[in-house]
Amino acid sequence: MIPAEPVLEVEDLAVRFTRRGEQPTRAVDGVSFSVAPGETVGLVGESGCGKSVTSLAVMGLLPRRGVEVSGSVRFQGQELVGAPDSQLRRLRGADMAMVFQDPLSSLNPTVPIGTQVTEVLLEHRDMSKKEAVDEAAALLDKVGIPDPRRRLKEYPHQLSGGMRQRALIAMALACSPRLLIADEPTTALDVTIQAQILELLRELVVDTGTALVMITHDLGVVAGLCDRVHVMYAGKIIETADRHDLFARPRQPYTGGLLASVPRLDGGRGAPLTPIRGSARDTIPWAEGCAFAPRCDNAQDDCLTEVAGSTVSLEPDGPGRELRCRHPIQYPPSTGGATASGVLR
Amino acid sequence: MTAVPASEPLLRVQGLEVHFPIKRGLVFDRTVGHVRAVDGVDLAIDRGTTYGLVGESGCGKSTLGRAVLRLVEPTAGQVVFDGTDVAALKGEQLRTMRRRMQMVFQDPLGSLDPRQNVESLLAEPLKAHGLGGGTAGIAARIRELLDAVGLPTAALRRYPHEFSGGQRQRIGIARALTLEPDLLIADEPVSALDVSVQAQVVNLLEELQERLGLTYLVIAHDLAVVRHISDVVGVMYLGSLVEQASADDLYEEPLHPYTRALMSAVPVPDPVVEAGRERILLAGDLPSPANPPSGCRFHTRCPWRQETRCDDEVPVLRELAPGRLVSCHWAEEIRDGVLRPKSPEEVAATQGVSVAPTGVETIESDALVQGIDAPIERT
Ligand SMILES: Nc1ncnc2c1ncn2[C@@H]1O[C@H](COP(=O)(O)OP(=O)(O)OP(=O)(O)O)[C@@H](O)[C@H]1O
Ligand SMILES: Nc1ncnc2c1ncn2[C@@H]1O[C@H](COP(=O)(O)OP(=O)(O)O)[C@@H](O)[C@H]1O
Ligand code: SF4
Ligand code: SF4
Ligand SMILES: [Mg+2]
Ligand SMILES: [Mg+2]
Repeated sequence: MIPAEPVLEVEDLAVRFTRRGEQPTRAVDGVSFSVAPGETVGLVGESGCGKSVTSLAVMGLLPRRGVEVSGSVRFQGQELVGAPDSQLRRLRGADMAMVFQDPLSSLNPTVPIGTQVTEVLLEHRDMSKKEAVDEAAALLDKVGIPDPRRRLKEYPHQLSGGMRQRALIAMALACSPRLLIADEPTTALDVTIQAQILELLRELVVDTGTALVMITHDLGVVAGLCDRVHVMYAGKIIETADRHDLFARPRQPYTGGLLASVPRLDGGRGAPLTPIRGSARDTIPWAEGCAFAPRCDNAQDDCLTEVAGSTVSLEPDGPGRELRCRHPIQYPPSTGGATASGVLR
Repeated sequence: MTAVPASEPLLRVQGLEVHFPIKRGLVFDRTVGHVRAVDGVDLAIDRGTTYGLVGESGCGKSTLGRAVLRLVEPTAGQVVFDGTDVAALKGEQLRTMRRRMQMVFQDPLGSLDPRQNVESLLAEPLKAHGLGGGTAGIAARIRELLDAVGLPTAALRRYPHEFSGGQRQRIGIARALTLEPDLLIADEPVSALDVSVQAQVVNLLEELQERLGLTYLVIAHDLAVVRHISDVVGVMYLGSLVEQASADDLYEEPLHPYTRALMSAVPVPDPVVEAGRERILLAGDLPSPANPPSGCRFHTRCPWRQETRCDDEVPVLRELAPGRLVSCHWAEEIRDGVLRPKSPEEVAATQGVSVAPTGVETIESDALVQGIDAPIERT
């Protein structure tokens, strides 16, 4: 099978916040990834690592002032970095859409949800008012909102958190986007509702071939949903792998550390968890070496130096894998990875 | 108090109810109903053990914890701490009792006074209770506490905002420990923390329990965390316990339909396990606790609901096997596979799905709930 052309190609994306009177901060630094139709790509990492900024930059939703975006974001071949607002606005809502963590803040509280969905349809699709209302009801039905006709007239606060997130997904789906970016779409929801929303996203990708970028800090969500995973730390991708490879044989000590630190529902009681030392605050600038070095058990002197003018760089690491690390976790050559050495035990 | 046998649970809660009036009208002077936040809960926690309380948001977990501490007055029922009915206590006795029960909050930043440095945050409870034995004694005790929670002495002069989330939670725990309590009630102690840092705090709680012989009531929505730290787990749904068992039994074989659905919904960080799992999806949302369903409260979403009993007969929490409590009329048949679950679509079609928001009329109730995670007793 020939892999499909990617819908989205992000290359060397960097975002700097330059607030006056303050040191500029590099929130995202040299991030590259791509997503093909029907594919789900995960961006994982802890709070503040740059996931949301990456997605906002892709959607062209960052403010112009005080923000510098560089690199390239190609959506269906069109370059979006530096593209005029009018072009971005045309694409957003029609061909690419985004779902946020907090549905209440992304819905207009004073407008019934039906009107909000029909507005999207009227703006991007050639429809009469009546057709748009019918279509809106069909969309709410599709995302599992019972009694959709009546729900169209209700305001966001009249819906529960799960229903609001569904309404937002319905809006995102209004124009059958080729790309959907979901930024922690279930973090604010209870697990039983999260399971419903994840099932909805899964079906959507299978049924419509939408390319999905799933942003989350929850490794369980990644394990159940994403084909390919990019792990981010301090603004950079530090490891990329197919989900099976990533969970069976994490190579980056940070990835391995994350997996070792989460308790599992199917794990036993008693054995202490293996936390990662320190916190996300304990980083060094990438320009001085590996940002994770202060917390890393595998760190050695060369992790704190530049080599030939480049810092610790992202390198190919076997089929479909990339890795940014000088002393990765090693596995015995033949076994499947159950007996990982290094930081895992 | 010395007469209490060691085999007696440290905490016993009996028939506990907390109902909040729903007020309407311009000055909120009319009571138009009640939110049954906690609606008849019995539980006991043995000394030195951890009781984990799980359930979806709004099911009454925090309210239960607050009622145990008498931060809200129970509408009915008893809280017996170390053999003494807490409701009967007043003044100095109540203060002493409260000292022995402390709370750790979800948001350490919100529960620590931003204008006090760590030293003063830790000294305050000692001074307020006239404990610690003078300046030198207090200083020694504070150093001991810092050491216990793994913070350097340099932390003393710093303020809460200068710490990371995990460090702030350590400060919160140190503060809860100043008065040498017997019981710690931890309400979502790790849910505001980064994944890599959660494990540090979980390990710290376990280590402290071992060292100091503490008893914990841990309230959390993360079932994996609760499984990890609890001896006994209680599952709440709309104000009541629907199941209680040892952590191992519960996770090995959940018996109540709600527990089954809840467990099957928790993602496991392992793609192989994820791909092979049976998922029990529930239809709809949690009904409002202001107007809970009749009979079994779970019947509007239950994939196993039967034509008889479920809709009109309230199931009692009964012992199905030693140490295994379940409140479901059909628990045996479900366990033995005699009854099969329906799909969420069938459930939605036949049982009518509630899409009403959780809580009272959302907006108002959310505002009311704001105060919940406020720190206790800043005397
Ligand atoms: N408008 C802004 N001005 C300055 N810095 C910003 C701005 N927005 C984000 N940042 C910084 O950029 C970094 C990445 O932020 P981002 O919101 O992408 O993190 P995240 O991974 O999405 O975290 P979370 O999981 O908490 O949402 C952080 O250090 C953040 O403080
Ligand atoms: N002070 C209050 N006034 C009115 N309703 C309240 C108050 N505190 C809690 N509630 C309601 O009680 C129910 C249980 O709340 P809570 O115990 O905070 O749930 P949990 O901690 O499980 O998320 C919710 O419906 C909540 O809205
Ligand atoms: S480069 Fe060095 S410090 Fe960074 S993750 Fe790898 S071993 Fe650790
Ligand atoms: S009593 Fe009926 S509705 Fe309730 S949990 Fe059991 S089977 Fe389901
Ligand atoms: Mg974010
Ligand atoms: Mg709570």
